[in-house]
Amino acid sequence: MINKHFVLLNKEDNVFVCCKELLSGCSITLEGIDVTMSADITVGHKIARKQITKGEKILKYGVSIGSATQDIIFGEHVHLHNMKSDYIASHTRQSKVGENE
Amino acid sequence: MKGYLRKDGRKGIRNVVLVTYLVECAHHVARAIVADCHRDDVQLIGFPGCYPNDYALKIMEGLCTHPNVAGVLIVSLGCEGFNREQLANTVEASGRSIETLVIQKNGGTRKTIEAGLASVKKMCEDASHAEIVPMDISELVVGTICGGSDGTSGIGANPAVGMCFDKLIANDAVCMFEETGELIGCEQIMAERAITPELGEEIIKSVEKAEVYYTRMGYGSFAPGNAEGGLSTQEEKSMGAYAKSGSSKIHGLIKPGDIPAQGGLYLMDVVPDGDPMFGFPNIVDSAEIVEMIASGCHITLFTTGRGSVVGSAISPVIKVCANPETYDNLSDDMDINAGKVIKGEATVEQVGNEIYDLVLEVAQGKQSKSESLGHQEFVLTYKKFDAIGPSCLPTVR
Repeated sequence: MINKHFVLLNKEDNVFVCCKELLSGCSITLEGIDVTMSADITVGHKIARKQITKGEKILKYGVSIGSATQDIIFGEHVHLHNMKSDYIASHTRQSKVGENE
Repeated sequence: MKGYLRKDGRKGIRNVVLVTYLVECAHHVARAIVADCHRDDVQLIGFPGCYPNDYALKIMEGLCTHPNVAGVLIVSLGCEGFNREQLANTVEASGRSIETLVIQKNGGTRKTIEAGLASVKKMCEDASHAEIVPMDISELVVGTICGGSDGTSGIGANPAVGMCFDKLIANDAVCMFEETGELIGCEQIMAERAITPELGEEIIKSVEKAEVYYTRMGYGSFAPGNAEGGLSTQEEKSMGAYAKSGSSKIHGLIKPGDIPAQGGLYLMDVVPDGDPMFGFPNIVDSAEIVEMIASGCHITLFTTGRGSVVGSAISPVIKVCANPETYDNLSDDMDINAGKVIKGEATVEQVGNEIYDLVLEVAQGKQSKSESLGHQEFVLTYKKFDAIGPSCLPTVR
């Protein structure tokens, strides 16, 4: 746990996991750097621990959980809109996301 | 600990009479019999289809001879394809009470319900005389499943169940985990935990099969709620789900209905063999719970983040909730608050011990939350499996 809002699960990870909701516009200090949330971050969701470039692996639990589909800045929400599975597409009620072209 | 001794030597932690319908056309009659009994220990299971299916027969045989089951009433319409004679013979050979009522031969709905009520009443009376004997932890079979997973599941609940599994296996119990479609991405690390290299190869093949199957279906084992809860990809969900297996060696790879002969950790391959033919590998969590019960599970540990409320017929389901907000919202349905881990209020080990203690209490008769709320969900559909290969259950230890 790095503060009351986020946990770091493995020192290799490039994402933090939210353990207490933080709304868009709220500022927080993460590992000594101030950042303002650009989206509502709810429990279980991830934000970037560092700058992540398109194509880079997203690391959680110390292992890859997919790849970035665009550049992601420090503190940004990491989810279906900017990462995808390296195995099989995910889906929401409205649509499939991250399908391999 | 004590258990109900069955004539085939198996020991149960509940004393249930089952009413099972063998085709949807017999569902109403079977349901009416169960409803008119007004007893939690008279439970309804069944199979909807008219065409025969070897898998459904095997699972039904496993359920009707489960150690928690004292007697079975089969309700058949009469013209369906389910091999009711074989099912009845299997139950009879196990020493359990058995009766078959065929609606077409029994004068229809009303008369079959009346006959069924009399039959079930007699079976309950017989069940009340079941011999109660000492039962050891090593005789317990415990399964685990996750449902309604979110980004917290892999942090609190799943690793805590893994700790509980390690402790049960140290006591020589049988533990099983499943859903190879939710282990996509974990195949190499699982193979390294297999007790033989050949078993490791079988495990890798089973996960590759799952990936091919789910790709053909067009969806991974991934629900919209998973994404709403912060999970972005199948492999992220897999890594969290995998933690339920703990750190023991993997002793075997089984398929639904296969019953492990000795203690240890087993992976259940729930994805059908051959070309996809009956649709999704598991249409819903309850179908997976049923498969693990058919393989002998006395108790299922169900981890959740979004908040599943289901239970099961035959064997109690214990809910382990990973998300502290969900726990606060659904605490009437949740047995264990694993949300304490992500809030920093408890360690994974503490919650693991809490789960272990509750497993023993439920095994001794305490009702789980879903059980006391009357949840007895049941789903059985069509599937096709080949028998497991010779490398799947190594005899070496």
